[in-house]
Amino acid sequence: MSAAGQAPAAAPAGRGQVVAGFVVAGMPQPLLAPERSPAWGRLRAGYERVRAAIEALDADLLLLYSTQWPSVIGHQIQADPEPEWVHVDPEFHDLGDMPYRFHMDVGYAAALEQAARARGLHARRVAYRGFPIDTGSIVALTLLNPGNRLPAGIVSCNMYADRAETIVFGKAARDAVVATGRRCVAVAVTALSNRLFTRAIEPADDRISSLKDDEWNRKLLELLAEGRLEDTSQLMREFAAQANADSKGKALWWLSAVCGAHNGYQGTVHAYEPVWGTGAALVGLLPAEGGGVDKEFDEEDVETFAGERGVLQAGAPEAGPASAAPGPAASGASPRPAPATAPGAGVATSAPRDGATVVTDAAPKPVGAYPHARRMGELLFLSGVGPRQPGTDEIPGGPVRDAAGNPRDYDVAAQTRATIENVRRILEASGSSLDRVVDVTAFLIDMDRDFATYNRVYAEHFASVGATRTTLAIKALPTPIAVELKVIARA
Amino acid sequence: MSKGQIVLGALAPHPPHLVYAENPPQNEPRAECGWEELRWGYERLRRSLAAVEHDVVIVHSPHWRTHVGHHALACPRFEGLSVDPVFPNLFRYRYALDVDVELARAIVDEGRAEGLEMRPMENPRFRVDYGTIISCHMTDPTWSRPIVALSSNGAFFYYSDDVGQAEMIALGRATRRAVEATGRRAVLLASNSLSHRHFTEEPQLPEDMTHEHIYHHGQYLWDMHVLRLMREGRSRELIDAMPDFIEQAVSECKAGCLTWLLAALDFPEYPAEVHAYGSVIGTGNAVVEWNPARAGQPAAPGSAP
Repeated sequence: MSAAGQAPAAAPAGRGQVVAGFVVAGMPQPLLAPERSPAWGRLRAGYERVRAAIEALDADLLLLYSTQWPSVIGHQIQADPEPEWVHVDPEFHDLGDMPYRFHMDVGYAAALEQAARARGLHARRVAYRGFPIDTGSIVALTLLNPGNRLPAGIVSCNMYADRAETIVFGKAARDAVVATGRRCVAVAVTALSNRLFTRAIEPADDRISSLKDDEWNRKLLELLAEGRLEDTSQLMREFAAQANADSKGKALWWLSAVCGAHNGYQGTVHAYEPVWGTGAALVGLLPAEGGGVDKEFDEEDVETFAGERGVLQAGAPEAGPASAAPGPAASGASPRPAPATAPGAGVATSAPRDGATVVTDAAPKPVGAYPHARRMGELLFLSGVGPRQPGTDEIPGGPVRDAAGNPRDYDVAAQTRATIENVRRILEASGSSLDRVVDVTAFLIDMDRDFATYNRVYAEHFASVGATRTTLAIKALPTPIAVELKVIARA
Repeated sequence: MSKGQIVLGALAPHPPHLVYAENPPQNEPRAECGWEELRWGYERLRRSLAAVEHDVVIVHSPHWRTHVGHHALACPRFEGLSVDPVFPNLFRYRYALDVDVELARAIVDEGRAEGLEMRPMENPRFRVDYGTIISCHMTDPTWSRPIVALSSNGAFFYYSDDVGQAEMIALGRATRRAVEATGRRAVLLASNSLSHRHFTEEPQLPEDMTHEHIYHHGQYLWDMHVLRLMREGRSRELIDAMPDFIEQAVSECKAGCLTWLLAALDFPEYPAEVHAYGSVIGTGNAVVEWNPARAGQPAAPGSAP
């Protein structure tokens, strides 16, 4: 592991992996009234096939992301060990009751909360008697996991989360799978096209609400049948615009991320039927031999969530898309733009709140699941940072080895200066500065060759600061650099 | 039977934070204080309600979302535990309420006469949505009168704000006619916020008011504009502005509650009284009263002979 890295430790072979992904529909008809419509009956039979497929997987965790559980405060994670209730669907209450008692994997829930926070997300576990578990989760767990054969997890769908945030949450779920050593089946509970008939229909006459929605659904299923989950994820924005996707397609964003974001699956469409006009599909995705390739570059495939506005930072400059939101004209006529309130968008120049993480474009991109800095109390803890240049990853003074791994000459003075400059950038992005550093841990890959030069350059910047320091020789760093600093500073 | 009347209408938003801060015995979580201006506004609204004789409260809530028409609670009594799925840390509330089933069925029938898809909700184990619970609690913590609760139809989301408004105006007319036909003296509550962009974080202590402010100044401008229209009796202009308000202030009026209320009140041209305005986790909330008697108007304009 890198001196800076916080990636979860590797689990024993065969453990700590997502063994399959599934897409399932969350409407109550297949559970409560499969006999009323041939389509609903076929969907119920499809659920049986999915259940059997899951039972063949030697999994020990069934993890659901349900679009029918919206959240506002980050993402929520069900952590009641045995939630129990009699649920009645708010729309189809005439179909009857849905009594449930589920077994939740609370250990995984705790690990997911921790992993999400490590990636900068706001996440919390909920464990309250009577918490209203949503219809989609109840349908999926009842039909896929009779008798609570597998411990389960349920996570919410944040109503404001964009694709990047949802992807980061999926990665956090994957981190937690590795950290806990679970063999996880990930399930996206979602409709495809989501246009319900708004009038009563005869269940036997149910159909997809329009030919256009049906065609889009079939296109999506064609990709999934080919195992192209990540391509499907990237298509969801277009699909959402064309076919009124369930919750903008967020469940597919999450599923692809938790499964590892690639196109190497063996896909099986177990069923595709209408439920009250919506596109209800049951799809299985098993990792295929030689998979994991052919992924298009994706600018939203980020590692950490940097927050939307820093809303809890009293007096902090605020940034974000809402700064351009218009207000009404004073006359009540046509609206006019409101004054911009967010100069310096994206640059945090004041101290983060206690516990908050900092990720900044002014420093090199982290090479793992960690922020650049985190405030705890009155102190800032910086992740280890080296000389790579923000944006380009260029290494001043040259890399210590070439592309083939052969050693090459390098300038440790230039690397040290660039490293200290990166430390300064992170501190300033966190509302602190170099003269507030209290402790430094330095890592050198060649103490004999580099210490004297590194020590001289270090003194140019830190002689008057009075920070304590420890310098260690280590075998290697994760990128081809010679020096890395780990810093603690006053916030 | 004498002709019924809508004796008062109110915008009665449902942030669970208000119940949490008030610490009623029905709610499990406990707060130190918080969101006082809005709670004081509700106190003033409760004083107005105490001075108005009424038999029933009809509430339209954004958090009973339906797509297949408009639904109405139609069992005589509901009891249960309401846990807010978004803020379960703040709101876990034991409720017991009576329903005016006759009036509910009358609204269903009148809605059908308007061409709307209407459904009575007849499952006694149904959990009443927390928006309805909160608005009713804040206006009458003793639950002294029966209620009728109406669902929020998703027409705004499916089609367009104009289609959504047309549906809600029709439902408002249907509600007024049902009140008249059943001889009820009814109070109507629209259970929605105004601007509705939330923060997605909350402070460690939810009632820490040093963190509370409107999400964005543009929302505040819109909220003030809408409140001015209310205070000046310009209801029809407000209806006209609603699609822009919904779009630009992410308004919870998209749930249709306020349009329903104004239509049921027959688009009042007398001033509304704004009892309070405040933000709750970034959203804009106002407690507003339309009191025809106080304004020297016949109760429920349009119901006058």
